[in-house]
Formats: sequence, structure tokens, C-alpha cells
Amino acid sequence: MAATVEIEAKNLDFHYAGNVHALKQINFPAYEHCITALIGPSGCGKTTLLRCFNRMHDLYPKNSYEGEIIFEDRNILARDIDLIDLRSKIGMVFQKPTPFPMTIFDNIAYGLRLKGIKNRAALSEKVEKALKNAALWEEVKDKLNVSAYDLSGGQQQRLVIARALAVEPHVLLFDEPTSALDPISTGKIEELIVHLKKTVTILIVTHNMQQAARISDWTGFMMLGELIEFDKTDKIFTAPAQKLTEDYITGRFG
Amino acid sequence: MNVEKRRKFESFIALLLSTCAAGFGLFWLVFILGDVLIHGIGALNPGLFMNDPTPAGVAGGGLRNAFTGQLMITFFATLIGVPVGILGGTFLAEYAKGTKTARIISVLSDIMVSVPSIVIGTFIYAILVKPLGHFSGWAGAVALAVIMVPVVLRTTEDMLSLVPWTLREAAFALGAPYYKVITQVVYRGAAAGIFTGILLSIARVAGETAPLLFTSFNNAYYSLNMNAPVSSLTVTIFQYAMGPYEEWHAQAWAASFMITVFILVLTILGRLIIKWRYK
Repeated sequence: MAATVEIEAKNLDFHYAGNVHALKQINFPAYEHCITALIGPSGCGKTTLLRCFNRMHDLYPKNSYEGEIIFEDRNILARDIDLIDLRSKIGMVFQKPTPFPMTIFDNIAYGLRLKGIKNRAALSEKVEKALKNAALWEEVKDKLNVSAYDLSGGQQQRLVIARALAVEPHVLLFDEPTSALDPISTGKIEELIVHLKKTVTILIVTHNMQQAARISDWTGFMMLGELIEFDKTDKIFTAPAQKLTEDYITGRFG
Repeated sequence: MNVEKRRKFESFIALLLSTCAAGFGLFWLVFILGDVLIHGIGALNPGLFMNDPTPAGVAGGGLRNAFTGQLMITFFATLIGVPVGILGGTFLAEYAKGTKTARIISVLSDIMVSVPSIVIGTFIYAILVKPLGHFSGWAGAVALAVIMVPVVLRTTEDMLSLVPWTLREAAFALGAPYYKVITQVVYRGAAAGIFTGILLSIARVAGETAPLLFTSFNNAYYSLNMNAPVSSLTVTIFQYAMGPYEEWHAQAWAASFMITVFILVLTILGRLIIKWRYK
């Protein structure tokens, strides 16, 4: 596997407003066309870490980052970074499906329209491509003008993935994307994520260790705001270097 | 066994009391609406909408001036009040969310909602009528707009707050700037609620009399000039109902009927649109 680093956290520290030290000295790379999973007990900071990569924390006042996240040769934590541009390159899928209150078509076209694409034919083409990439096209091709709320939870989550894919991001961040779904929908989403790594680099937070083991190439184990261990998934799950990691994956705590 | 009997008895009492309360409310509602319906329909005739008032005692007068005046004042009040209310509510729920300023404004507008409308009428009289030296349609529209603003503002704020934050985050995550997140995603999510708020606020002011007495006053002639006193149905009802002539009473009933129908149609229309749009 040619290991080109797509995005890398260097000495990353993060404080929530009110001075909660949520992330401590995080260092790890996410390799291109790989799935990197972040696991760890509740409250360990894995979601906080994920949300640093698209500067989601900037939405709330008084949060502060230190250290660097290098993406396209730049530190994306710098003040002069254009967040709108950054977020169109680094997409995000949330725990609960977040379809917008509009039609399926308009949902997928949302990011494209933000980028200024107005031509109906171009939009249609990209919407179709995104839906096909998200394995949803066959199910919705005849009802693109139906409200996105009419879809099932699993379909909504794939719709949201398609919406994120439509703007052709380089990186996709998944924040526990299957924790609100049934096992069959979960299976479909996992299959989809594995398929997607051909085109995008994926970071996924999951509380489900089996899921991390099934789909990821690299895994980071976090605890109390620290990245305890980061290695190839096989290594983490078969021969972890740290005692804490071993205790966690064998279910001794968490 | 005893406990069970007591519970059943208590349940029966609660049911009885709430049914009585509902019946009591419903009785007056039906009584009032029925009264307006019976007296109003009987007094309806085409001349009511086509003719202007005639001197007292002369037959064949109508209320054309009051109908157009009422529509004009309500229309301009909506035009002024709704944007201010929506933008204000947006500020409170989005940009100033969680700040002290937002909380203070919220509480103040809650108080504003329950301020007697006559107080607002006299206030507008003091700042718009007195300095200009004459009553005007604009003063009436502004008075009604001032009554509308807190209603629209609070509904907008509440409805926007109900839109889950994850939806906003999802839009941000696609690279949307805040104003687009609000206008394209959050407003859509809250549209039904905000629309209901607007309709309720129109319905609220359409029936107001007191603030108009001090502002747009009344005009016995047909006039589309908002700079001059403008007639309105409510003030006309007030005046005619107090008057000594049978004909005036009949016209007041007809006007009451029409304004009730107007508010009813507005409300039903709103509900239908919401139903059609959001299933």
C-alpha cells in the first residue's frame, strides 16, 4: 500500500470553552484511500478529534486549538483558512441522519449549488453520480422530487453520504454513522464506506469495535483525550503494543 | 378494592370537570359565532361592499370605505411587522443565541405581547399622530405592526430553536455560510411554524379596534390615501354599534360577520397550505 499521507494531526491540543482540556498532544496521519477508525470509551474525545478536521468547533465560541493539522501542505487550524472551502473538501456525516427539509434532488444538489453550479443538466448528472456512488440511485431514481423525510433512516443516511460525496471531497469524516441504524442498514453503510475509499480518504469514529475491525485499515485507540495507540487495524486488534488498548479491545473496560 | 373505587371516582370527577369546562367554553364560542352569523348574514347585501356610507337616515349606504381601509391597514401592518418580527426572531435564535441580550429581548417581547393594545394606540398617537398633527392610515398600520412584531418574533424564535442543531452543522459541513444555512435550511425546517405565527398575528391585529381609534381614526368617505384618516371595519363596528340607528346596527353586524369570516378563512387557508406542503 503506497502510504501517502492525506491529512495529519501534529501535536494537536484542543480546549473547549471553559478550559476543558479535551485533546492532548494528538499525533497521527490518515493515509490516502484508507479508512482510519478512531475507537475508545465514551467521552474519550474521539468525536471531538474528528470535528477538528473540518473546524466544526469554530461554530461555538471560545473553543481553542493548538498544534497543527496538515492538509494540502497547509495547517488548516490557521486563522486565515477559508472554512467554506475547507469544508467543501473535507465532508462530514453525522450520527443521526440529517436530511434537509427539501426534496431528495435538492438535498444532493445543495452543496453543488453552494459552489455556484446552476445548470440543471450539470446538476442532474452530478446528483445521479453521487446517488450511484452512495448505492441509493436504484431506490430513489423515480422519486427525486419527493421529500427526503419520506426515506427510511438507512436510506436517509446514504442520502446524506451522497450529499457529502456530490461536492467531491478529498476526505470524509464519519461520526458514528451507523449507531442510529438497524443491522441491515448498518451493513449497507459499512459496505458503502469500504467501497468509497477508492475515491476518498475516510476517518470514522465508532463505538463499535467490531465495525472498526471489519472496515478500517488503520485504527487509533483513544482514552481521556489522549491517543494511546495508533497502528494498522490488524496489529491493534491482534497484537496491541499498549496494555490499555488490549484491555479495551478485550472488553475489560469501556 | 376501596382504593380502586376511589381512583375510579376521582377519574370520573376529573373527566366531568374537564368536560364541563370544555362545554362551557364551547357554548359561548358557538353562541357568539352563531349570533354573528344570524345577524350578520341577514344584513349582507351587495350594496354593503359597493357603496360608501350615506348620511344617517338615508337608505342604501354601505361600508366600501371600511373594507378597503381595513385591508390597506392590515396589509401595510403585515408588510412592516412581519419582516421585522422574522428578522428579530432570527437574530435571537441564531446570531444572539444564548446571550443575555437575547434573553432580555425575549422577555420584553413576551411582555409586549400582553400589553393592552390601547396602550400601543396611545403610544403611536404620541409619536406619529400628535407631531404630524393629523390621524393617518400609516399611523394605524404602524400601531398594528407594533402589536404584530412581538408575536411574530417570539414564534420565529421558538420555531427556529426547534430546528435541531445537527441540521445546521450538516449544512455548515457542506461549506455553507451562516446566512445561507439560515435562509435555505433552517427557515425551511421552521417554515410551517413561522407561517402559522404570521397568520395568527394577522388574525390578532385584524380584530383590533383600540389602537386604530387613536391612529387611523375613521373616515366617512372612500379614501385610499394612507396619509389621511382611513376607515376600518373594527372602528366602524364600534361606532355603528353605539349609534342610535337600526340601519347602523345591521351594518355593524354585517361587518362583524365579514371580519370573522376573514379571520376564519385566513386560519383555515394557513392550515391547508401547511398540510399540503408538509403532509
